[in-house]
Amino acid sequence: MAKNDLMGGSLWDEYSDIVADRMNNPRHQGEITEEECNKNGTKLIVADFGAESCGDAVRLFWEVDSSDVIKRAKFKSFGCGTAIASSDMMVELCVGKTVKQAVKITNIDVEKALRDDPEIPAVPPQKMHCSVMAYDVIKKAASLYLGVDEESFEEEIIVCECARVSLKTLQEVIKINDLKSVEEITDYTKAGGFCKSCIKPGGHEDREWYLVDILADVRREMDEEKMKNAADAVDGDFKTMTIVQKIKAIDAVIDESIRQFLIMDGGDMEIIDIKESDEYIDVYIRYLGACNGCASSSTGTLYSIESTLREKLATNIRVLPI
Amino acid sequence: MNNIYMDNNATTMVDPLVLEEMMPYFSEQFGNPNSIHKFGTSTHPAIAKAIDRMYSAINAGDNDDIIFTSCATESNNWVLKSIWVDKILNGDKNHIVTTEVEHPSILSTCKFLEDQGVKVTYLPVNEKGIVEAHTVKNFITDKTALVSIMWANNETGMIFPIEEIGEVCQTKGVLFHSDGVQAVGKIPVDLQQVNVDFVSMSAHKFHGPKGIGALYIKNSEKLTPLLHGGEHMGGRRSGTLNVPAIVGMGKAVELATTNLDETMSKIAKLRDRLEDALLKLPDTVVVGDKNERTPNTFLISVRGVEGESMLWDLNNDLIGASTGSACASEDLEANGAMIAIGADVELAHTGIRLSLSRFTTEQEVDQVIAAFNKATVRLRSISSSYAKVQPTKGGEATECAIAH
Ligand SMILES: Cc1ncc(COP(=O)(O)O)c(C=O)c1O
Repeated sequence: MAKNDLMGGSLWDEYSDIVADRMNNPRHQGEITEEECNKNGTKLIVADFGAESCGDAVRLFWEVDSSDVIKRAKFKSFGCGTAIASSDMMVELCVGKTVKQAVKITNIDVEKALRDDPEIPAVPPQKMHCSVMAYDVIKKAASLYLGVDEESFEEEIIVCECARVSLKTLQEVIKINDLKSVEEITDYTKAGGFCKSCIKPGGHEDREWYLVDILADVRREMDEEKMKNAADAVDGDFKTMTIVQKIKAIDAVIDESIRQFLIMDGGDMEIIDIKESDEYIDVYIRYLGACNGCASSSTGTLYSIESTLREKLATNIRVLPI
Repeated sequence: MNNIYMDNNATTMVDPLVLEEMMPYFSEQFGNPNSIHKFGTSTHPAIAKAIDRMYSAINAGDNDDIIFTSCATESNNWVLKSIWVDKILNGDKNHIVTTEVEHPSILSTCKFLEDQGVKVTYLPVNEKGIVEAHTVKNFITDKTALVSIMWANNETGMIFPIEEIGEVCQTKGVLFHSDGVQAVGKIPVDLQQVNVDFVSMSAHKFHGPKGIGALYIKNSEKLTPLLHGGEHMGGRRSGTLNVPAIVGMGKAVELATTNLDETMSKIAKLRDRLEDALLKLPDTVVVGDKNERTPNTFLISVRGVEGESMLWDLNNDLIGASTGSACASEDLEANGAMIAIGADVELAHTGIRLSLSRFTTEQEVDQVIAAFNKATVRLRSISSSYAKVQPTKGGEATECAIAH
């Protein structure tokens, strides 16, 4: 939200002139029949994507010759102006290409071809998904022609179809830039900035991957990594300390996290000595006041002192009361 | 060719007679009505006249209040939020009953109240597009603080059985609010005849100015103010009175409600002529029975033609229409009323609302018929719904990836 978002109703102003022109006069609207193809000795492929009940539908017609080249293409479309314009441009981009080349056409190519100015998007963000349909129907047609599964054309998992941002890219960008919110992800990658379906469940389309989940997963991974690194760092540091530094470090941890609980119960403790072997760092302590001789001083209390020191300083610390 | 406006449920042209009455209150009689000097007091006769006109337009009693607000959105927010404060936060109620087809100013406010812990029941409409009184009755509990049901729907024009719902609410002892925005000035609204505690109104829907609305409050029922401040309007709604707009609303409501039957039967005749002509196109449906709708409105579905495409073609022919509520015209989703009615999901994306006014002419109707026919032929010639060659085996659309 900002100054430019304060007024509604500018939807159509954001369509490029090419979009408007293609909506008013689609060049490639129409059908190709089996008879025409039989006469030309070519193959007819007809593929549907979407349905009227979804709000968008397109039927793509390809006439393919014996060397896999798309000689002619047509479309029929149920949808808004941008859906019709995108279908028209998509068909234009197919003609003259081999089927395998056509599969490489993406919705981004279609949208770019509809721009008046290479720097200014052809359609407003919420209409970007219309060109995705144009891309999906190409894959469908190609899979029919080549007799392979549609999935096989996709080399990576695409999370945001409008901006074509892959799962891998998102994971990397979140990690490298330490992103903390979906808004930041959108700023960095454009993912989620268009039809918004991929942000979270319940949007315009159901998706397999959602930005909120990806963000949560990557953040959790990053946190775990950070914790592990921190633990490693402490371990490393403690080992290289001199004996006096070690005693001070142990004292500091006891002051910070342990002593208050002992004092609450009317007791205290002091460090007597530290002995290091290859395997263990043995910390000899003596209980003072109420702790001295109390039942848990050799069980619960001892255990919590030991585990606190292990967690904060080194995993091979043993605490031995005398 | 001239511009033709067929979107009068979104807003209307200010009647030149209304504008004329408003004019002196901008630069001549500009005083603040709360000032005790004559700059202020000289505005009082005009305000009193506007108030009188409002009371007689809806036949309000002297013990009732009609409070001017900034718009019907404010009136709707005021009722819902203050009932929440008065009856739920500071009372023993916790429930509001409304419908699925209310204007966003009701629905979003209810969603907000739900976030605050209020229980809200959204009643579905029947296949005719209305909610019946016995349905309302079944959902009122002893915890219900308010029933809020619109008088007429903005998308379909369907008129709700307000008299019967009012009786149900009275019997049950529950307060009843009705969003009367699409009713006042289109159908008779007589508040001596029906039991409604609160009615929201908006001037720009009946040829008055934008930025002024009102809330009718029966028997001056207690309702905590939404806008606290300098004790304007008897302390019920603060903010310096918008004198020219109040004057305009008064004049507009008078013009819209005197000779209502005559004006509306004239509009209905034009509407019917348009509707009947468009229904001659194959595969078209109109929602709801003519006689149960506001006289100026219909929502038509044209199979195979997506709503925004139709608006585009009509706009190219200088005709302004809508796919539903103007507020929703920029989002991607289907027509709420169509979905609520349970019309074939397919219809939800093909609805076009045409709404006339007393300024609509016969000649305009004929131009719209011609343009609508032309657009339908063109868009169906492009439409996949009317394609003849069927998909290659395996090339059918197997699933709908879009959830709406
Ligand atoms: C049924 C209904 N209620 C409320 C409103 C909101 O009115 P206003 O524009 O005065 O806030 C509208 C108009 O958009 C409406 O049609």
